[in-house]
Amino acid sequence: MEMDTVLISRLLTAMTLGFHIIFATLGVGVPLMISIAEFIGIKKKDPHYRLLARRWTRGFVITVAVGVVTGTAIGLQLSLVWPNFMQVAGNVVSLPLFMEVFAFFFEAIFLGIYLYTWERFKNQYIHWLFSLPVIIGGGFSAMFITTVNAFMNTPDGFAMENGTFAAVNPIAAMLNPATPTKVFHVLTSAYLTCAAILAAITAFMILRKKATDYHKKALKLTVTLTFIFAVLTAVAGDSSAKFLAAHQPEKLAAAEWHFETEEGADLILFGWLNDAHEAIGEIRIPNVLSFLAHSDFNAEVTGLEEFPEDKWPPLWVHYMFDLMVAIGFFLPGVALLYLMLSKMKKRNEHNKAILSLIVLGGPLAMLAIEFGWIYAEEGRQPWIIRGYMTVQEAATSSPYIGLMFFLFLALYIVLGTLCIVTLRKLFRNNPAEEELEKQYPTDEKGDES
Amino acid sequence: MSYELIGISVLWIFLYGYLVVASIDFGAGFFAYYAKITKQDHVINKLISRYLSPVWEVTNVFFVFFFVGIVGFFPETAYYYGTALLVPGSIAIVLLAIRGSFYAFENYGSKQSTVYMFLYGATGLLIPASLSVALTLSEGGFITEENGVVSLQYLELFTSPLSWSIVALSIVSVLFISASFLTFYAARAQDYPALNLVRKFALFWSTPSIIAALTTFIFLSQHNSRHYESMLDLWWMFGLSVGFFMMAAWLLYRGKYYGMAFISVMLQYFFAFFGYGIGHYPYILDPFITIDDSATHESMGIALVIAFIGGLLLLIPSLILLMRLFLFNADYVKGKK
Ligand code: HDD
Ligand code: HEM
Ligand code: HEM
Repeated sequence: MEMDTVLISRLLTAMTLGFHIIFATLGVGVPLMISIAEFIGIKKKDPHYRLLARRWTRGFVITVAVGVVTGTAIGLQLSLVWPNFMQVAGNVVSLPLFMEVFAFFFEAIFLGIYLYTWERFKNQYIHWLFSLPVIIGGGFSAMFITTVNAFMNTPDGFAMENGTFAAVNPIAAMLNPATPTKVFHVLTSAYLTCAAILAAITAFMILRKKATDYHKKALKLTVTLTFIFAVLTAVAGDSSAKFLAAHQPEKLAAAEWHFETEEGADLILFGWLNDAHEAIGEIRIPNVLSFLAHSDFNAEVTGLEEFPEDKWPPLWVHYMFDLMVAIGFFLPGVALLYLMLSKMKKRNEHNKAILSLIVLGGPLAMLAIEFGWIYAEEGRQPWIIRGYMTVQEAATSSPYIGLMFFLFLALYIVLGTLCIVTLRKLFRNNPAEEELEKQYPTDEKGDES
Repeated sequence: MSYELIGISVLWIFLYGYLVVASIDFGAGFFAYYAKITKQDHVINKLISRYLSPVWEVTNVFFVFFFVGIVGFFPETAYYYGTALLVPGSIAIVLLAIRGSFYAFENYGSKQSTVYMFLYGATGLLIPASLSVALTLSEGGFITEENGVVSLQYLELFTSPLSWSIVALSIVSVLFISASFLTFYAARAQDYPALNLVRKFALFWSTPSIIAALTTFIFLSQHNSRHYESMLDLWWMFGLSVGFFMMAAWLLYRGKYYGMAFISVMLQYFFAFFGYGIGHYPYILDPFITIDDSATHESMGIALVIAFIGGLLLLIPSLILLMRLFLFNADYVKGKK
């Protein structure tokens, strides 16, 4: 019974977060894309880009709504499902949680303004300026919540006395060792994912109909952004791995099935484990793990043998890590291919094969977010606050948790379905070409470049 | 003032803020649905959606602010309320989620749907009812702790006249606050047919709001005499509250100064809410949590207060901008922008 409540609490949290993170990622990244498109539109006096910004915004309000309500759910659930955790951690990490709310406030206010003032100002840059607080608000909320998660991995900023936290330093808790790399990676991957998803939607439209100027410009913009943020994400991911090697070696070792501490460690891709903890059928890249961990092909990498076996994270996180990294190489690869083809006069960058790959990239990017989080969270097991409190100790004692799991499962199914249905209707009934005609009847339809 | 007192005051002020803005929102949902089924929707629904569209997300943040803040300043609350409120809290989350997202699906999405409207209206009344459970629990007697296991006594909760009177009070108040705001808003928009209708709503719900308040008072005296006694010591606050109620009702009835009428309603609730809250002191959860011994570490408390001040410096100008663009911009209110 005792064990069951814990298991269900974990499933409930994983489900809520797994659902929220989809919309949160869009909430962080899409405003940046909208803002860039609007800026280019004003600068080049090209109605195509402004229409792009407007249409993205229209979809965005729908996903924001789901992001807000699921975020409210996870915020309350942290207390409802993990009361012991919040009682203890609340002493140390309530500052970033509190500041996160201000970031939301800021974002919410300016999103309201941005949405309802498209044609209200003579100077179009004023409207564009209102997109900046939305981007900043979303980015800061991601940053603050990520510091909380970083704290759970490398707790800092307090002293222990008689089993309770004393001498708390909230700033040090926020700026714990995991914070810099985590924040960097979370932000870049959110921007990458949004660019990739918008590119995927555009490519999909081109595949279904024909490539209009509007769609071609949108594709070029989004794929370029995908490429830039994919490179940054990879850099950030690499620094995350270096952070793990220094501060949380068991997480990296579990991801890499690296059991013995050794120099010149190999990177293991996929494969499976036999009973003797040996990898079989894997792809082995010599010495690369040492490089990933320490920027030196011969450096020593700590293995799992240095930790008691009951403190090992589950070994299946290996697959989560590998899938994330594989997607991390796929996305810039496809983007680069498209960009190179578009530079070559004789080649057509709008051929079926490459468009299909771009379409595939959207869902894959979101999957990488999910894999990354599952890796990050499972890799911390059995701890909820690494070294201080286990997940087991943190969960609620309420017997009704099972019922709540199904209540929320039903909620997310309904929300997810209706969100997709609404978005499809929104754009199906209102194709871009028609809207361009309606909104800018006097303008010629975009410049000819 | 000590940081824990600043903390609880700030939180109480924000909860009051939520009470007002959320009531407007929840009540508006109900009135919109009611107008739809009585075929009066063409009269008021445009007015309602013009106000609500830019602000619903802001309303939600008020609530998030409160529960994040209370756990921040008083981490013990997470332990007791968190465990006890798992079920009512989850139900409230689901209702809030349905309400918020359906609002977006309906308004920004494509066409009108009566099902969405119904859910939107119904949740407007159910959410205050389920959230008010937290207030009921704070009076004590519904939560027990045995061998470190906190549990909620559902039977006692559901058979307590106090808990039902609080539910009734919350629903009636939502409708009264909302209707008096909409009256003011319609007057500003110079939308006379709508004004006529919402003013009727406001008058209709005014008397029940004061009756429900008195009933709650009586049941509270039977349930928690300590709280009741200290509220009696604050008799002047409740006196002011009743005074402002009468002023609001009179102005609404005379059909003049709707802005003043709405401000009176806000003051009516302000004094009642603060009289109730101050009377509650020092308990956050009778008898388990008091303000003094559950407060977070001093360094965190101070950091939170500083963050709060910094946050306000950022927010107040932004909120003023939002209000000037939408609420107090005559052209926008009238639907010309
Ligand atoms: C589009 C999404 C995406 C992509 C392509 C990648 N990542 Fe990632 N990764 C994330 C999205 C993500 C994330 C969702 O943002 C995580 C989850 C938790 C976190 O802090 O960031 C994450 C976590 C995460 C961690 C764990 C950090 C921790 O727990 O402290 C490491 C070591 C990496 N990543 C490394 C990489 C590497 C080497 C990549 C190769 C290019 C890579 N990631 C691509
Ligand atoms: C950034 C702030 C976050 C916090 C404070 C946080 C907190 C928690 C907590 C309290 C648990 C339960 C204990 C555990 O099993 O470890 C958990 C588990 C989990 N979280 Fe996170 N989380 C955060 C971010 C995320 C995100 C964004 C995701 C997105 C997918 C995520 C995925 C998971 C998963 C999959 C589990 C289940 C792990 C298990 O089965 O034990 N987490 N997290
Ligand atoms: C334990 C983890 C988390 C908690 C407690 C949490 C809490 C919340 C809350 C309360 C809201 C609603 C705020 C409102 O009313 O406007 C929200 C929305 C949001 N969250 Fe989360 N969140 C978590 C994880 C994350 C992560 C990991 C990210 C980003 C990487 C994130 C980014 C956002 C964003 C951008 C929004 C705004 C809604 C949107 O634009 O879609 N959250 N979150």
